[in-house]
Amino acid sequence: MQAELLFAFYIFMLAAFLGFQIISKVPPLLHTPLMSATNAISGISLVGSLVAAGAHYNPVSTALGFIAVTAATINVVGGFMITDRMLKMFKKKEGKKP
Amino acid sequence: MSTALIQLTYFFASALFILGLKDLGSPETARRGNLFAAAGMFLAIVGTLAHRDIISYEWIVTGMIIGSAIGAAMAIFMPMTAMPERIALSHAFGGLAAAFVGISEYYRHGAEMELLKTVPVGFEVIFGALTFTGSLMAFGKLSGYITQVPVTYKFQNQSNISLFAVTLALYVAWLFTPSYPVLFYIMLGLAFLIGVLMVLPIGGADMPVVICLLNSYAGLAASATGFVLSNNILIIAGSLDGASGLILSIMMSKAMNRSFTNVLFGAFGSVAETVPGAAASATGSVNEGTIDDAVTVLRNAQRVIVVPGYGMAVSQAQHALRELADLLDSDGVTVKYAIHPVAGRMPGHMNVLLAEANVAYDHIFDLEDINDEFSKTDAVIVIGANDVVNPAAKTNPSSPIYGMPVLNVEEARTVIVLKRSMSAGFAGIDNELFALPNTMMVFGDAKQTVTKMVQALKS
Repeated sequence: MQAELLFAFYIFMLAAFLGFQIISKVPPLLHTPLMSATNAISGISLVGSLVAAGAHYNPVSTALGFIAVTAATINVVGGFMITDRMLKMFKKKEGKKP
Repeated sequence: MSTALIQLTYFFASALFILGLKDLGSPETARRGNLFAAAGMFLAIVGTLAHRDIISYEWIVTGMIIGSAIGAAMAIFMPMTAMPERIALSHAFGGLAAAFVGISEYYRHGAEMELLKTVPVGFEVIFGALTFTGSLMAFGKLSGYITQVPVTYKFQNQSNISLFAVTLALYVAWLFTPSYPVLFYIMLGLAFLIGVLMVLPIGGADMPVVICLLNSYAGLAASATGFVLSNNILIIAGSLDGASGLILSIMMSKAMNRSFTNVLFGAFGSVAETVPGAAASATGSVNEGTIDDAVTVLRNAQRVIVVPGYGMAVSQAQHALRELADLLDSDGVTVKYAIHPVAGRMPGHMNVLLAEANVAYDHIFDLEDINDEFSKTDAVIVIGANDVVNPAAKTNPSSPIYGMPVLNVEEARTVIVLKRSMSAGFAGIDNELFALPNTMMVFGDAKQTVTKMVQALKS
């Protein structure tokens, strides 16, 4: 159990460092899409809520899990879709006039 | 066997998240990056559905259908100008999901929980809950349901800090006596309250920092969930999100010349405390120009720089602005856009709006790349920006924004300021730029003004 926890901290630390490195290279131009994409990624809580909603441990856990699944799915689906919608608009050459 | 398979999907999902974020670093690859991340998420979800504890799918499917419908509707119909609100709202959903998973875990295991689990559960629940209410408050402020003016009262910082200390004490007490759920639920309630009180004193202009910070908290809550469930993908995705929010909030506070600790410990309102009063003192000597005056200046210009701010977003002037820039461009005028890091209500806010109006991103420049060019510029159009072009930040040590990096617009030959009225910016301070001899103020709604300028330029 102790070793497992330490291992989890390793993963946390490495991912955080990696995140710092990658994200500090994102130019201000793309900060809004970045934020909306990382927000969609943080919808990964869905993975935890799926088990709570489907395992039928007890009615309360199921209800909480169901709400959590709904909330996290809004983030995942909405987040990736709107990021794509935004990024579609970023163009280099002058496009056609609207 | 099925556990190994789940772990394998998580492994690939993590790789896809990281690749996706890396691709988000350049506008050419960003769309692909977003697709990678989405594919990673899809893999992780499909993998999890095979989890052996899941015995029925009715609630999962219902939740996912409702969530997808709401999420998709928001993504399709929400106007780009409402992006800060949407982001704030989605942080609220993220916080809620994390908090509920934590509560569900505690409800299920109760007093049997070991310290190794209660530590992250408490962390997850506290961060999830305060992210939820804090983000709802931010949403309310951004969409105008709650006043954007900082709400302050006596001993605000002291009472907030005491509240936080009490919550922390409850948390520690509960860690040692997990058989007392009452401690846990009071702690949860206080965390919800902290979220509200934390954002209450924050003014509109400080929103970029708050949004980034809440982004970071939502990530940390997800990461804590990973510790609770011993789930690596949650730890990885959560810490990537946490790191991203943290970096952005550090960048934003730097751009406002506030130390990060100052921001972290809820002193957001402190700049705005020096607020109202002498806003109109500069009115006496400003040069007010008409639409025709402004157009004459632009006709005689070779180089023009546009400086957009939150006012452009409010009046939705970006399309008219782009039309104006097109006309100038066809007359051989070089038009560039200068974006201050904290222009608008979230990082990159102006870039998204200009992109929506079809402005090519290689015409858009960051503060440090363009600040030396103002002295060689014939005309600057300041549209709905105020504090980010205030020269007092460079010249007046007693100004609350002294030391904040600003755009050197006053170095240009003529500065055309489009503004609704003579009111002060969100920091509540006078802007001496408006009274400079080379400044021309054009009052009115930004969109209408720009549209009229386009018509005048055509004729």
